[in-house]
Amino acid sequence: MALKTEPFILNVGPQHPSTHGVFRMRVTLDGEVVVDVEPVIGYLHRGIEKLAESRTYTQVIPLTDRLDYLASMTNNFGYVLAVEKLAGIKVPERAEHLRVIMAELMRISSHLMAVGFFLNDLGAMMTPVLYMWREREKIMDLFEMVCGQRLTYNYMRVGGVSHDIPEEFLPALGRFVGEMPRFIDEYEQLLSQNEILLARTKGVGILPRATAINIAASGPVLRASGVKWDIRKADPYSIYERFDFEVPVGMAGDCYDRYWVRIQEMRQSVRIIEQAVNQLPRGEICIKLPKPFRLPSGEVYGHIEAPKGELGFYLVSDNSIAPYRFHVRPPTLINLTALRDMVVGWKIADLIVIFGSIDVCLGEIDR
Amino acid sequence: MEIERRELSLPGSYIDIVEGREVESLKESCQQPIPDSDSWLETELRRNVLLTTVDYVIDWARSRSVFPLMFGLACCAFEMIATAASRFDIARFGMDIFRWSPRQADLMIVAGTITWKMAPAVKLVYEQMAEPKWVIAMGACAISGGTFRESYSVVPGLNRIVPVDVYVPGCPPRPEGLIHGIRLIHQKISRDTIKKV
Amino acid sequence: MTVVLDYEAVARRLSEEFPGSVMESGKSGIVVKSERLRELAGFLRDSSEFEFDYLANLTAVDYLDYFEVVYHLVSLTNNHSLALKVRCTDRDKPVVPSVVDVWRAADFQEREVYDLMGIVFEGHPNLKRLFLWEGFIGHPLRKDYL
Repeated sequence: MALKTEPFILNVGPQHPSTHGVFRMRVTLDGEVVVDVEPVIGYLHRGIEKLAESRTYTQVIPLTDRLDYLASMTNNFGYVLAVEKLAGIKVPERAEHLRVIMAELMRISSHLMAVGFFLNDLGAMMTPVLYMWREREKIMDLFEMVCGQRLTYNYMRVGGVSHDIPEEFLPALGRFVGEMPRFIDEYEQLLSQNEILLARTKGVGILPRATAINIAASGPVLRASGVKWDIRKADPYSIYERFDFEVPVGMAGDCYDRYWVRIQEMRQSVRIIEQAVNQLPRGEICIKLPKPFRLPSGEVYGHIEAPKGELGFYLVSDNSIAPYRFHVRPPTLINLTALRDMVVGWKIADLIVIFGSIDVCLGEIDR
Repeated sequence: MEIERRELSLPGSYIDIVEGREVESLKESCQQPIPDSDSWLETELRRNVLLTTVDYVIDWARSRSVFPLMFGLACCAFEMIATAASRFDIARFGMDIFRWSPRQADLMIVAGTITWKMAPAVKLVYEQMAEPKWVIAMGACAISGGTFRESYSVVPGLNRIVPVDVYVPGCPPRPEGLIHGIRLIHQKISRDTIKKV
Repeated sequence: MTVVLDYEAVARRLSEEFPGSVMESGKSGIVVKSERLRELAGFLRDSSEFEFDYLANLTAVDYLDYFEVVYHLVSLTNNHSLALKVRCTDRDKPVVPSVVDVWRAADFQEREVYDLMGIVFEGHPNLKRLFLWEGFIGHPLRKDYL
């Protein structure tokens, strides 16, 4: 008597505990082994690109906040850099330094979340998340001091930033930067040599170097596969060439390397913030622009190194007060092309871990 | 023992077409908002004399251990998680564990923008919850569509799909705002009666 | 610093290799004919002077007379970049060859352009709607969709 087997489709549905958002996968399983993965997205598609065509350039800034809602400052930063590149506007020095400080604080906050929820997926329920949330609450307090909001900041403007820092900001930032390296040491001590983490992530979900370049991966996913490409070093924007920092690069391209690259990037961000605070000049924070603000006709592609990868903005303008075409190059949608390669052949428990190590944010994938 | 391997019987594209038809039919049927039940806000409440103490005890028990269902869709989800984290603890209100399965939850907190593609899933999860159940619409997008109201794929408000009890405004609302909304749910539960009219 | 290559020089070089393929080289990119796109893409990726192995961005714009598909290419080894464009004048059934077998990064981005603009990429293995549900009528990002 022959045993008949048939592969079946499992729906890892839009509402599921991995907290990465409304993401759905149709997984074809043969027993416990994954044969095929088909990501189904679009559950958070809000039509931001179409909405931006009927708003002025400054009104698009709150829309960009809601793209990658865990790193709103860097979204704003990328957009205003693209607009300023087309218009040829030079930003005051104090505003440049403030932008870099906010962007690096945002990078630390986003990586804390990424590592915390990656460990949540591995099974360490909410304990690492609550530890990392302790630091994140301090960062959110700093942001609230500056612009009054905890999550979607709307802080940067075309030509500078919107508010200046109050007096209590710099002492609080100094305290945070002083104690952060000790907290990162605490996380590394608890996590990096943990046997469960090593057994479940070393050698799992390997993304080879050639594939990573061909699918245009970016951010920690690309750097963990051994490619030293960081836009802050390769194509420096704003004032990043004045700061001294390193770019951590992994070797094997597995889940452990992606986790390790994020922890090291947090240390480098603390270094950049210290240097930026020491060099902070006085001056004005935003230049005055004509109202209504029109961009000259043309097109521009501006890109920055967001915590999740290369965030690009493609703008086409026809000399009116609203953009003619506004397109966002989402880093996580393009990193997601690698999911199928990394997962096929592993078991279903590894699927969740590999997906967590890519670190997606659905607001940016779906726009 | 020999193993005969068969092929998949249902291709993925067929599932897409079936789901697309479901979304379109839900969109046709949800053009009017479901009216909100606000009779619990009246100050004079007539209760049946025989059931008063029983009502009081049952409502006290229900309101002190509401199990919330995590339905975070977008940015507001992170303020909901912040409410559950150590600083703005909601475990002190008895809502310690966020349930992932709707069969075990009482309160559905919908946080974030709802699109027409997601709407059948929201309705399905609501119907899977057992009575008595309550719904909080958190954030501007869940209340009325928010910044994205005039988009082609956004549902203009959660009350088109499921009946809502409490609306918490903000974009995103602070954790203190969400806690105020939860306290209003507790007040609503305490005015409930088990006598079905 | 990533060097943006001079479009005139690149256009001349491409016309030597593939005569008649370049339509114009403006100040924001090189416009090529859509039938020659695949062989140009293979040459740009494999030749040692360009080595464009990284497709940074693929998107489309609806100018009212024609659609324009824009490709932003970057070379990681040589650190230079280029913008390539393809035009398509048919509004009812626009067709452009797909570059998925040259750069796999084009997979989801071409599906997105098909979903929101309606441009069909021939040669794409799985061209389905990505964001909107099956049964949605119209392509929202076109200028005549209200």
